[in-house]
Amino acid sequence: METIMASASDVENKLEPLSVLKSNLAVNVKQRKRSDFLFSLVGLMSLLFALITLLALFVDLAMTGVPRIDLAFFAEFPSRFASKAGILSAWVGTFAVMITTAFCAIPMGIAAGIYLEEYAPKNWLTRLIELNIINLAGVPSITFGLMALGLFVYKLQLGQSILTAGLTLGLLVLPIIIVTTREAIRTIPNSIREASYGLGATHWQTIQDHILPYSSGGILTGVIIALSRAIGETAPLVTIGALTFIAFLPSSPVSPEYPFLSFKWLMDSFTVMPIQMFNWISRPQAEFHVNAAATGVVLLLMTLIMNGIAIFIRYRFRKKMKW
Amino acid sequence: MEQIYKAPPECQTKFTFGSGRDFLRAKVSDLSFRYNPEDRRVLNKVSLPVFDKKITALIGPSGCGKTTLLRCFNRMHDLYNATSYEGDIVLYPEGKNILSSEIDPMEVRMRIGMVFQKPNPFPKTIYENVAYGLKVRGIKKKSFIDEKIEKSLVQAGLWSEVKDRLQAQATALSGGQQQRLCIARALATDPQILLLDEPTSALDPISTAHIEELIVEIKDDVTIVIVTHNLHQAARCADYTSFMYMGDLIEYGPSEQIFTKPQDKRTENYITGRFG
Repeated sequence: METIMASASDVENKLEPLSVLKSNLAVNVKQRKRSDFLFSLVGLMSLLFALITLLALFVDLAMTGVPRIDLAFFAEFPSRFASKAGILSAWVGTFAVMITTAFCAIPMGIAAGIYLEEYAPKNWLTRLIELNIINLAGVPSITFGLMALGLFVYKLQLGQSILTAGLTLGLLVLPIIIVTTREAIRTIPNSIREASYGLGATHWQTIQDHILPYSSGGILTGVIIALSRAIGETAPLVTIGALTFIAFLPSSPVSPEYPFLSFKWLMDSFTVMPIQMFNWISRPQAEFHVNAAATGVVLLLMTLIMNGIAIFIRYRFRKKMKW
Repeated sequence: MEQIYKAPPECQTKFTFGSGRDFLRAKVSDLSFRYNPEDRRVLNKVSLPVFDKKITALIGPSGCGKTTLLRCFNRMHDLYNATSYEGDIVLYPEGKNILSSEIDPMEVRMRIGMVFQKPNPFPKTIYENVAYGLKVRGIKKKSFIDEKIEKSLVQAGLWSEVKDRLQAQATALSGGQQQRLCIARALATDPQILLLDEPTSALDPISTAHIEELIVEIKDDVTIVIVTHNLHQAARCADYTSFMYMGDLIEYGPSEQIFTKPQDKRTENYITGRFG
């Protein structure tokens, strides 16, 4: 190869600078590769730092908390005695608040997402609304708590109830659901819409027969991610006045008489797991800290399971949907 | 479709060819189109007839507006903002201008079916795909739907390949099969006109041959307007061909005439491969 190059440059003197350029190129490649390596190293370090810190925290939490977890821990109310205390009212409260949140946020969020993506006229007002929704997702949650205290607790007189908590968290996660719904809808190629319209389908027929079914994986993922954000929220619930020590359950949702369903529980006061955790952590006795760690493990596992379900659903839908 | 209708007199005077046995299905007159009020016209006062149960091909270099013209026929452009039509496309025998704002685009699309460039089956079963056009029309009678599905799949030459797996996912079919499925899906709704937008450009030669055959076969039942980049395809299948260039309709006539004795220099250059 080099002999060919040499003979070529003999013939044509003007080719001389090329070989100079060539050696420069080799140096250049080396340099560029070095920055390649440097960056990958920095990236890996950052990743490891984040992962190891998280893992250490989780292992520490689990080592303290896991031995404390038994059936009684789930079946007991909080108590003055750390060994007798449990998270019954906390997990029931979390469950009730999550259901209320889901009922408020999911239909509203999906409807708003569909409207924005499919029906809203594309003008400055819509763009302003869109921008604000994205910003809302980043508003500190305590702000939502303050707003809810003013609106739901004082103005609408809903009290420091499960309903207030559900509405508050619902509003908090609404932007997440709207944004993920829109993103899920946007992944559907235009060719599918055109195929549907081309057969004479109306806008709504296209949405209910194609847009919604094909984007339901993405929407569901967003919903679960939103709920797993809500499950760990503490600040807004403290603001609206969630109690920290509750030794009773909300009233039963089923009743023996007609209409068999009761919604009285919506107006009951409540506590949730993060608040219970916070309460125990702030006590001086070390035994309570163990309880807090155990609650933390339960909460983390619930979040992990929810996220796992979200990933599973997304994977299933990705596999099914080919365009 | 039993009723036979003559082309309106003004059309007969404008286009004096054919044996007089061809009847008008639609007439495009002075059609201009813009994607955006500020943009230039993508179509510039285009006029052409579409004859009943004949194949009309639209040819021309990329960007000449042939797909845009095709998509005017079922008002696909209405799905997007800021597009505007001038002129009209009159559908016969009704004699109605389908571009008129009084006419609902849904109604137009229920009469004029379309097959797109890239096969776009719904990610549903084969059965659901073909049945969808009937479903949106509110037809629920299962025996009728089944019969219609079989008939249109037979017409599209796909029946023997899929009759045992109608409940399989349509997206699992090969590209050529998917395109034939899309044709069956459009045929199931008994369209008055079938629009084909480069239906074979994403397919291999064998699938292309398949689809060309079926296009020629179904023209006994349905009027076809086809956009194609493939001049041989137009010459082989189309009864009438129109050559478009930069948004203008340069020449229209029986395919024989366009491909053997083009009147316009630009048409000649294009079909002989000198540009495009």
